[in-house]
Amino acid sequence: MGGQQRVYRQRIRSTQSLKKIFRAMELIAASRIGKARDRVTAAAPYSRAITRAISAVATHSNVEHPLTSERHDTNRAAVLVVSADRGMAGAYSANAIRESERLRERLEAEGKEIVQFAAGRRAVSYFNFRHRELAGKWTGGSDSPDVETANEIANALYEAFTASVEDGGVAEIHIVYTHFASMVSQEPRVIRLLPLEIVEGVAEPGEDVEPLYAFEPSPEAVLDAALPRYIEARVYTCLLQSAASELANRQRAMNTAVSNAEDIIRQYTRLANSARQAEITQEISEIVSGADALAAS
Amino acid sequence: MAGPLTVDIVAPDRTLWSGTAERVIAPSVEGEIGLLANHEPVLALLKAGTVRVRTGESSDVEFEITQGFVSFDHNVITIGATPAETDEA
Repeated sequence: MGGQQRVYRQRIRSTQSLKKIFRAMELIAASRIGKARDRVTAAAPYSRAITRAISAVATHSNVEHPLTSERHDTNRAAVLVVSADRGMAGAYSANAIRESERLRERLEAEGKEIVQFAAGRRAVSYFNFRHRELAGKWTGGSDSPDVETANEIANALYEAFTASVEDGGVAEIHIVYTHFASMVSQEPRVIRLLPLEIVEGVAEPGEDVEPLYAFEPSPEAVLDAALPRYIEARVYTCLLQSAASELANRQRAMNTAVSNAEDIIRQYTRLANSARQAEITQEISEIVSGADALAAS
Repeated sequence: MAGPLTVDIVAPDRTLWSGTAERVIAPSVEGEIGLLANHEPVLALLKAGTVRVRTGESSDVEFEITQGFVSFDHNVITIGATPAETDEA
C-alpha cells in the first residue's frame, strides 16, 4: 500500500517538472514571437520596393527574359518546403509537409517530376526517412532565419532554374511555407516563385504608351540584376513568415501541454490522497481488530 | 517646409532611412545619378558607393551600399540597397 502512494508521488513530481519545462518553452516562444513579427514587418518595404521595380520593368518594356517566360524543355519542378527545426510546435511542420505532399501529387498528376528541397530539420528527416532524395537542404535557425540563409536558398533555386536540362534544370519553382495571418491563425501556403507570374497592371488603352520609366543601363540589365534580388526577398519573406508561424504554433502547443500537465497532476493528487486514506483506514482497522482480539481473550 | 522628395531607403531586412529630402545622389552603374524634384521616372541599378541624401540646409545623410537599385516616380524615391558591412548594426 505504501508503495502505491510513493508511485503516485513520483509521477506528480515528474509531471510538475515537465510542466515547468513546458511553461518555460511557452514563455520563450511568446517572447520571441514579437521579434519575429517585427522582422516580418521590417522586411516588407524592401520586398514591396523590389516587386514594384520588377513589375515596372516587366510592364513598361518588352523584355523577353528567361526568368519570366515558361520553360518547355524539361518537366521537372522544384518544391521547397519550409518547416521547423524542432518539434514541440503542434502540427506546424506536419501541416507544411502535408501541403507540400498535396502539391507534389498535383504536379505529378500533371506529369511533372519533382525535385525536392527542404528547409528545417523536420522536413529533412521526413524525406530521409522515406528515402526520398533531396536536391538541397538547410537546417538550423528556423525560428530566426537570417538573410544569408535566405540568399543561399535563393541562389540554389535560381541555379536550378537557370541550369540546362542535363544539369538537372527545373521548369518551375514552388515554395510551401506557413503564412502568418495572426497570432491564432497560420496556414500553409503554396506560391509559385518562378517563372514569375507578373500581374499585369490594367493596360491603358488608346495611344501608344511610351516606356514610362527610363531604365539605366537597360531594361534587360535591370531585370537581370533585380530578379535574383527579388527571389532572395521572396524566399526571405517566406522564411520570416514561417518562423513567426512556428513560434505561434509552439506557444499554443506548449500552452496546451501545460494545462494537460496540470490535469494529470490533479488526477494523480486525487489518487495519491485516496491511497493514503486507504492506508490509514487499513491501519485503524488493524489496530481496532487487534484491540478487540486482546479484549476478548 | 520639408523637402519635395519622399525618400525610402530599404535594406532586405530593415528600413535604413525614411523621410523627405531635397536631393538624392546615388552611385548608378553608369555614374552618379542626382535626383531632384520632378525628375523623369527612372529605374537605375546602383553599384558600390555612397548614397547621399540632402534633407535640408547643409544636412546630409549618407549610406554606404554594395549594390542595389533606385526607382524614381512622381517624386517618390525608393532605394533598395544592400548596405556595406561596415554599416552600423
